[in-house]
Amino acid sequence: MSGHVVPVKTYLGIFVALLALTALTTGVAFVDFGELHTGIGLVDVIPLNTVVALTIALVKMLLVILFFMHVKYSSGLTKIVVMTGFLFLAILVSFTLADELTRGWSPEAGGWNTALPAILPLIRGLC
Amino acid sequence: MPGQEIPAESRVNYLNASYGVKSWLLTTDHKRIALLYLGSITLMFFVGGFFAVMMRLHLIEPQGALVAPETYNKLFTMHGVIMVFFFLVPSIPATLGNFLVPMMIGARDLAFPRLNLLSWYIYIIGAAFTLYAVISGGVDTGWTFYTPYSSTFSHTSVIPTALGVFITGFSSILTGLNFVVTIHKMRAPGLTWFRLPLFIWAMYATSIIFILGTPVIAITLFLLGLERLLHIGIFDPAIGGDPILFQHMFWFYSHPAVYIMILPGMGVMSELITCFSRKRIFGYTFVAFSSLAIAIISFLVWGHHMFVTGQSIYAGLIFSVLSFLVAIPSAVKVFNWTATLYKGSISYDAPMLYALGFIGLFTMGGLTGLFLASLATDVHLSGTYFIVAHFHYIMVGGAVMAYLGGIHFWWPKITGRMYPDGWARFAALVIFVGFNLTFFPQFVLGYLGMPRRYAVYPGEFQVLNVMSSAGASILGIGYLIPLIYLLWSIRYGPIAGPNPWGAKGLEWETPSPPPTENFEEIPVVTQDAYDYANVGGSRV
Ligand code: HEM
Ligand SMILES: [Cu+2]
Repeated sequence: MSGHVVPVKTYLGIFVALLALTALTTGVAFVDFGELHTGIGLVDVIPLNTVVALTIALVKMLLVILFFMHVKYSSGLTKIVVMTGFLFLAILVSFTLADELTRGWSPEAGGWNTALPAILPLIRGLC
Repeated sequence: MPGQEIPAESRVNYLNASYGVKSWLLTTDHKRIALLYLGSITLMFFVGGFFAVMMRLHLIEPQGALVAPETYNKLFTMHGVIMVFFFLVPSIPATLGNFLVPMMIGARDLAFPRLNLLSWYIYIIGAAFTLYAVISGGVDTGWTFYTPYSSTFSHTSVIPTALGVFITGFSSILTGLNFVVTIHKMRAPGLTWFRLPLFIWAMYATSIIFILGTPVIAITLFLLGLERLLHIGIFDPAIGGDPILFQHMFWFYSHPAVYIMILPGMGVMSELITCFSRKRIFGYTFVAFSSLAIAIISFLVWGHHMFVTGQSIYAGLIFSVLSFLVAIPSAVKVFNWTATLYKGSISYDAPMLYALGFIGLFTMGGLTGLFLASLATDVHLSGTYFIVAHFHYIMVGGAVMAYLGGIHFWWPKITGRMYPDGWARFAALVIFVGFNLTFFPQFVLGYLGMPRRYAVYPGEFQVLNVMSSAGASILGIGYLIPLIYLLWSIRYGPIAGPNPWGAKGLEWETPSPPPTENFEEIPVVTQDAYDYANVGGSRV
């Protein structure tokens, strides 16, 4: 509620940037970036198109929140409130992925066969 | 109170300040909006209760006494949807909360009075959609709207019902927003955070859940609509979705929502226990922070509803541990209320009877929650009547008891009139007995393996089912009695006076009913909450 007045030029600039980024998203959808192979268990294959699209979306989101929603000019308390929202979104996504990504480990899927050799030495070490 | 009182009628108060339908439908007075909500949720309570009675009547006979199985599915769905989203979620916040938050903090209204009125209209629109769904054939998915019942395989009014719940969610968000801003910005001079009544802390914690959780259920139901109407694959594996994703998103809101339903009740409890044992609350800071702890941890446990649905057992392990953690702040409260009673000078007025009932019933509900949070026992108990008993002990034995206790406690403030005390105590007793007779047998039934949500059951379960149905009729009568004498008291009850219980708190320093602006002069607070050690105040 601080009396900060944002010049119309800034709004227009952000608006144009958002349009440009939308065009960019559409554009890159036609390019195949392929996949990144990390070799790390849960995140072995990463489809790069998704990464690119989400990165652009993130930038757009930040522009809207910081300028259109005036968070850049707001008090610390407001900034904390906004960040809390994202913290809870992160909880939703990460705990859901904690299920999604480890489902394949379950005994029915033969997961214990791979998990046990890794865990057993640890348990023996503790005893 | 001796005769120096001005009779309520001759003084201008929020009830007689203006007359006519318009003065109510366009009011921005938080106290009148509280009454608008009170009327609407009471209606919904009895609609939802009607479905429950039909169910219990049906289950008197193993093969089902009353309705077709399809109808039975609709009965439990409509019962759940209405009771959860249209009664229990708004119950205490929208009625007692709306009425009391400004009064308890020494303010003239909420921060955004018109937003407050808007929230009621949004609630009404949402409720209208849902009632339309009832009339247009009903829904059979269960209140949880699980896919694929609600997507691929449903032929009932899922969309209007879900839309109703979606819309009503916004009224919760607005109420939560209003409370947070009001509590931050509008406290009377001297009213520091740690002098606030614990009811306010509970409302604050509830509001946080409203604001952070409700958008997720809205998005979830929106995605469900997208899938049904446009066939975008989100939850249906045949078109690339994941049905368990629905449960993740649903419970991310709905577990915190169970705390939306109980936290306000816990706030009411702290007020009742202190007043009727004439003591300061034991461990104020612990009780205050346990509300916040519950609000936050409750967002980390939702997977305990999904132990048997194909969720990864590794995630299950983590959700199980976290569920045990959320029981700690709940237990802190129960212990602190009990410790408050110790050496108190306890009186058994009607509100206190509800409060004592709460302690016992909530404890049973919470402890059985721990059975369910243990992975191995949950495999046996999940999907049985044990679940039904668990959450009714908390939501009805806990939340509804606290709600009724609160209504009885603040009724003289709200209306300026007393209700007949004998009847009120009698009703509290009938409700307690009826409740236990209804739901205790369900623990046993569930443990023996009777599944929930079935229209028929094996013959050996009949005795326990009949007990449960008998209890339900007693409970139903128990709820009707207060409806009658409370309505009666509005006209014929004796004048209550400003503070019939000799209670502490700013709301009791105003006349009953309070004037529209609550306080002629904004009070200055110099004392901690529940300063009962120094009461000079007399009791009637
Ligand atoms: C003391 C903390 C609590 C724990 C550890 C707990 C634990 C659980 C667990 C594990 C389940 C899932 C059981 C299953 O479906 O197999 C459950 C179900 C349920 N609980 Fe609790 N609970 C607690 C408190 C509450 C509270 C405070 C409420 C409501 C005010 C509540 C309402 C419910 C409801 C509505 C369900 C069933 C939902 C459905 O499937 O329809 N619980 N609880
Ligand atoms: Cu839960």
